[in-house]
Amino acid sequence: MSLDPARDPLDVDALLDDPKTRIVVCCGSGGVGKTTTAAALGLRAAERGRTVVVLTIDPARRLAQSMGIDSLDNVPRRVKDVHGGGELHAMMLDMKRTFDEIVEAHADKERAGAILSNPFYQSLSAGFAGTQEYMAMEKLGQLRSRDEWDLIVVDTPPSRSALDFLDAPKRLGSFLDGKLIRLLMAPAKMGGRAGMKFLNVGMSMMTGALGKLLGGQLLRDVQTFVAAMDTMFGGFRKRADATYRLLQAPGTAFLVVASPERDALREAAYFVERLAADDMPLAGLVLNRVHGSGAAELSAERALAAAENLEASSAGENLEASGIVDQEGGNVGLGNSSESEAPGSPEASDSPETSGSSPSTEETDSGTGSGSGSDPGAGSGSASVEQLTAGLLRLHAERMRLLARERHTRDRFTALHPEVAVAEVAALPGDVHDLDGLRAIGDQLASTRP
Amino acid sequence: MSRLQVVSGKGGTGKTTVAAALALALATEGKRTLLVEVEGRQGIAQLFETEALPYEERKIAVAPGGGEVYALAIDPELALLDYLQMFYKLGGAGRALKKLGAVDFATTIAPGLRDVLLTGKACEAVRRKDKQGRFAYDCVVMDAPPTGRITRFLNVNDEVAGLARIGPIHNQAQAVMRVLKSPETSVHLVTLLEEMPVQETVDGIAELRAAQLPVGRVIVNMVRPTLLDEAELDLGLGRTPRTAIAKTLAAAGLGGARGAAGRLVDPLLAQAAEYAERHALEGAQRAVLAGHGLPLHELPLLADGLDLAGLYELAAELRTQGIA
Ligand SMILES: Nc1ncnc2c1ncn2[C@@H]1O[C@H](COP(=O)(O)OP(=O)(O)OP(=O)(O)O)[C@@H](O)[C@H]1O
Ligand SMILES: Nc1ncnc2c1ncn2[C@@H]1O[C@H](COP(=O)(O)OP(=O)(O)OP(=O)(O)O)[C@@H](O)[C@H]1O
Ligand SMILES: [Mg+2]
Ligand SMILES: [Mg+2]
Repeated sequence: MSLDPARDPLDVDALLDDPKTRIVVCCGSGGVGKTTTAAALGLRAAERGRTVVVLTIDPARRLAQSMGIDSLDNVPRRVKDVHGGGELHAMMLDMKRTFDEIVEAHADKERAGAILSNPFYQSLSAGFAGTQEYMAMEKLGQLRSRDEWDLIVVDTPPSRSALDFLDAPKRLGSFLDGKLIRLLMAPAKMGGRAGMKFLNVGMSMMTGALGKLLGGQLLRDVQTFVAAMDTMFGGFRKRADATYRLLQAPGTAFLVVASPERDALREAAYFVERLAADDMPLAGLVLNRVHGSGAAELSAERALAAAENLEASSAGENLEASGIVDQEGGNVGLGNSSESEAPGSPEASDSPETSGSSPSTEETDSGTGSGSGSDPGAGSGSASVEQLTAGLLRLHAERMRLLARERHTRDRFTALHPEVAVAEVAALPGDVHDLDGLRAIGDQLASTRP
Repeated sequence: MSRLQVVSGKGGTGKTTVAAALALALATEGKRTLLVEVEGRQGIAQLFETEALPYEERKIAVAPGGGEVYALAIDPELALLDYLQMFYKLGGAGRALKKLGAVDFATTIAPGLRDVLLTGKACEAVRRKDKQGRFAYDCVVMDAPPTGRITRFLNVNDEVAGLARIGPIHNQAQAVMRVLKSPETSVHLVTLLEEMPVQETVDGIAELRAAQLPVGRVIVNMVRPTLLDEAELDLGLGRTPRTAIAKTLAAAGLGGARGAAGRLVDPLLAQAAEYAERHALEGAQRAVLAGHGLPLHELPLLADGLDLAGLYELAAELRTQGIA
């Protein structure tokens, strides 16, 4: 693919090789390839010698399996069959386990037991809106502080709104600074004078409302939970704030992943702006599943015109066209018009160039008769070369249109955000579900060189 | 037909698009549908090319044949205040709660409350009747969270009902659950003919069924047109002499068989091979989906991207396929 020289290409290998790069975060809208990109970057970095852990959140199962992590154990596991001197570890975030571990690490045994068996806690930790983001932050902080890996690649969940996890510390903070938590933590004071003093206005309405809303027993569960967690909230916030700052630090690189489509790039633009607003270091944009063509010199219009040309002539000029191919081979269609286009048509014959695979040769050999014209419908052998060629041209026209559309969308993004470096990854014909697939993506990622 | 149609699927497969097309398709003559979104993304407004939707049901489209589509972006905070006002006449307390941070707590931190409010609001619209006792909407279509979260999202009321064993939240949660687990609800899954979305769909079906949530249809979106038929593919895959193709290209006026036309052969065949690989993969995924005994529908990939006209096209397609 020819790159617009004005554009700043993203040098992925330089980023991955730089020992100062410690965290890479892949974000982007739904289904664009965040998980695939994160895994591919991790593998590539490992194969270039680094000790890497990929933290994936809610990964596609097949991809997880391809890296050998099919069970949720919340512990980084070494991925086998990684070439080169580095190491690749991968883990899936298990929210509940992460939360439990924090409780166990920061509360004494008795208190931890009380928290872990609290029904409110059990629901909270099992992953309701919001928990995932806090736990992702926690896990990232933990991994970073252990210093066992020199590179952490983070995949982000398909989130409600783009960068929910960046908001996690702030949300936690506003909750902890709010009056609600004091209200919840001071059940004893609730009716009492002390309570009235700082909660004053609307207080009686408040407790009434809360009780009414939650039901007495749930309110008690919440209060017990909050009281038990009391000493831990501060730690949560401290760590969330620290992780937030870590993300802003120079060792972190955000990559926004997008497909070359209008909506995905619109969302990508939003990510870029949001990251800038939060002072998060953006390394660049990964434009994933871009189409190219080896025959880009042939325009869609010419290809289509030629295809039409061929189809028109193939209708009338079967005999002439048959001169193009040699006449070995029979007509498998044998006058059965509905089957006449079935696989194994005559051109499967042995020409010097086609080192025909044995099954096809056999089919051809078993064909009988010369059968030209035995089929008035469509399938007479000679017409097929023209049909095939017309089909190839139509396919090409479609590809060229897609390519033009993708370029156009991409260029609109780069015009708005010329400062953003871009790496393009070709759309692979198959799905990505093994290390080789990830390697291929990695090669693509790194092929956009300055 | 179910009056609450929930549309889920893997990220980016077209949940918002299909939900909107479905709302249009279901708004046949004289009918009124409500399209709701729950993730605060303003996806509906973008699709219908209107300004951001407020927390208010408003008409956004007239369907072919005269039915009407209303839309609502459910905001959990406002839904909570709405709910307090509606059931407890607690409008004033709402403000106090907000000041305390209780609304924030309820809508972002408290387990499940956010989702209870979102599904609760949708169910309220499903059950709402006008003064004559007719349903306010013939049908409510929800642009729901992705497959990975859908079961939990819909099932949250069960969990909450267990958590708050008595009281209004308990009752509300149970009422919502009665709608969601009844034939009044259908959960559709949108997918692409690719391995991962299909895998997620299969997993999603199993999860929904295990939670006794009613799975409706599988909608395969962005289906690519057949550009080379089987016979051509078969021919293209190395069975046809390159020279024959080169000569044919030359005959079509694309340069000399040994020159410009000849140079096209390899890249064109490479594109055909890629196409064939995709095509085979798509066929295999289609077979996987067919194995689940659910009605399957296919919507075409609109080559020039999706605009409002395209949306109507998809709606018409859904009607033709008898989904409405
Ligand atoms: N360059 C590529 N070529 C071909 N297929 C690709 C490519 N990149 C990703 N895919 C495929 O696209 C699909 C979506 O990829 P992936 O699951 O990584 O996206 P995601 O952004 O993590 O999605 P989600 O938002 O659901 O988490 C998968 O089926 C994957 O195999
Ligand atoms: N049939 C189609 N033909 C062409 N483009 C389509 C089609 N369906 C959806 N799209 C496009 O695909 C993209 C994703 O669609 P949409 O936003 O509906 O998906 P979604 O599942 O709601 O995504 P998200 O997970 O981000 O909410 C959009 O750009 C949309 O315009
Ligand atoms: Mg993912
Ligand atoms: Mg959507």
